[in-house]
Amino acid sequence: MSESAQTELLGPGETVETVNTAISRIPLEHPRPRFWWLSFGAAFLLLMMLMASISYLFVRGIGVWGVNVPIAWGFAIVNFVWWIGIGHAGTFISAILLLLHQKWRTSINRFTEAMTLFAVACAGLYPLLHLGRPQYAYWLAPYPDTMGLWPQFRSPLVWDVFAVSTYGSVSLLYWYVGLIPDLATLRDRASTLFKRRIYGVMSMGWRGDARHWRHYEKLYILLAGLATPLVLSVHSIVGMDFAVAILPGWHSTIFPPYFVAGAIFSGFAMVLTLVIPLRAVYHLEAYITNRHLELMGKVLMTTGWMVAYGYFSEFFTAWYSGDKYEQFVAMNRAIGPYAGEFWTLVFCNILAPQFLWSRRLRTNAISLFIVALIVNVGMWVERFVIVITSLHRDFLPSSWGMYHGTRWDWATFIGTIGLFLSLLFLFIRFLPAISITEMRQMAAKQGASE
Amino acid sequence: MKPHGLLAMYPTAELLADAMRRLRAAGYSHFEAYTPYPDEEVDDLLPAKPTPIGWVVLIAGLLGGAGAYFMQWYAAHDYAINVGGRPLHSWPSFVPITFELTVLTGSFVGAFALFVLARLPRLDHPLFQSPQFLRASQDRFFVCVLASEPHYAQPNTRDLLSDGAENIEEVNL
Repeated sequence: MSESAQTELLGPGETVETVNTAISRIPLEHPRPRFWWLSFGAAFLLLMMLMASISYLFVRGIGVWGVNVPIAWGFAIVNFVWWIGIGHAGTFISAILLLLHQKWRTSINRFTEAMTLFAVACAGLYPLLHLGRPQYAYWLAPYPDTMGLWPQFRSPLVWDVFAVSTYGSVSLLYWYVGLIPDLATLRDRASTLFKRRIYGVMSMGWRGDARHWRHYEKLYILLAGLATPLVLSVHSIVGMDFAVAILPGWHSTIFPPYFVAGAIFSGFAMVLTLVIPLRAVYHLEAYITNRHLELMGKVLMTTGWMVAYGYFSEFFTAWYSGDKYEQFVAMNRAIGPYAGEFWTLVFCNILAPQFLWSRRLRTNAISLFIVALIVNVGMWVERFVIVITSLHRDFLPSSWGMYHGTRWDWATFIGTIGLFLSLLFLFIRFLPAISITEMRQMAAKQGASE
Repeated sequence: MKPHGLLAMYPTAELLADAMRRLRAAGYSHFEAYTPYPDEEVDDLLPAKPTPIGWVVLIAGLLGGAGAYFMQWYAAHDYAINVGGRPLHSWPSFVPITFELTVLTGSFVGAFALFVLARLPRLDHPLFQSPQFLRASQDRFFVCVLASEPHYAQPNTRDLLSDGAENIEEVNL
């Protein structure tokens, strides 16, 4: 990378000490307390709404959701796919861009990894809630069953259990391993004995021994190497949950790659939605520069085109297959009762990102934020269209129906946004949102080259 | 009071590397370096073996994957479901879970190996007695010549470290 590009990724005049101070003061000194308490409080209220709607669901059963035959997969699956897709950008940024030596990942990787974890936590809730009898969730695991039963390992739904739980665990591990040296920094900068002890225990007594760094660096790069195919496999398997069903509108070989592209697309939109306000509130412009935003905008545009190709391919395949059921579903999507949702997704996911061709709009935080918000909505609507429109008109017109979420569907969905934001605000409050160790290394290199 | 070692603090990784070079030239081999971020030059001068973590992750991952495949093969035969005479050993559908468990075991055993090799968690260490050592996780670079070093008692140990050092002190056990 050229010298000028390197400088753009870090504000001028940044040294090791300014990096240490600027990042560690957020968890240690709790700046902007009013902002934090108000935002966390609002998120916490939504989280309480989630608890209430889950309780009601457990008492009354999944009838409180609007799902029924023919539309047995409603918001729960839409939200599951939406949340897990959001998580994918975090792993993409922290693992794939690390392997590709993209230095611009450094200041955003920690935050996006946290985003991944919390998004996977929200996603993981939905299949459990959707079971109807969540107390039997363990039936999905291979445990020594007295009746000699096994999970059906040939089913993508069982693959999904393994994929999502592996993804959640490995993401947590990768995030924690990355945090260890930073926790040691917080321990050594903490002002009170209590904080020093907490961060000391969490850092496991890390002391920066060069022999430890040798093991550590090797492990870190290997975890990135393992997480890279993992993230691609997870959404491919989610895609196969649909594609393996012999249902017009789902039964398509394009699904796994198209789902992966959609996941990274929606994830980058969420990263932008979160990072732009965060950097303004905590004055992190020297670390998350306009260059970062521009690069993320470019990824958004690229993956947006991949998703557009997926939509095109679905229609092409329907036409080219000569299968009248496929053709019916495709036409029904575009001009049927859910046409409004379909054209919303075309506007949000295909047209809106095209504004980013303009360099002025791409480097402007506000316009980028607006486009990212639109894409967030668009990707949710996309999953709604994929799930609902394929189901709502079954082969026989006697089994046709309509589905719109009930108020409990919406309460659960908005509630998981509360869960996600609550966890995110706790993370910002207590842990370094930017990797101090990696930024320090970058600042030292910049200082040496000046 | 028995000494743990002689600890010297430097402002940059280059000065630390110079001191390590001087130690090596004088035949010292029992010393450790502490840095706020991994540095290639310091790593090259370290009197330590290469890390075995790559092998650990490879072997653990392969075992995990083999175990996962065996589990699925076993389940397919233990609870046989005959679907129109299709083979019970339907290997293509066993690939995803085999892959996932390869990644899972490789990562977790690898992380466990890091803690075993680094003897962590270890919340107390003689070096934490030095007030200067707080900066090892922030902006200073340290070398510690251990008391186990045969040349430790020689008076020129301190001289070898002094060039560029901001502080030299003996840390007790």
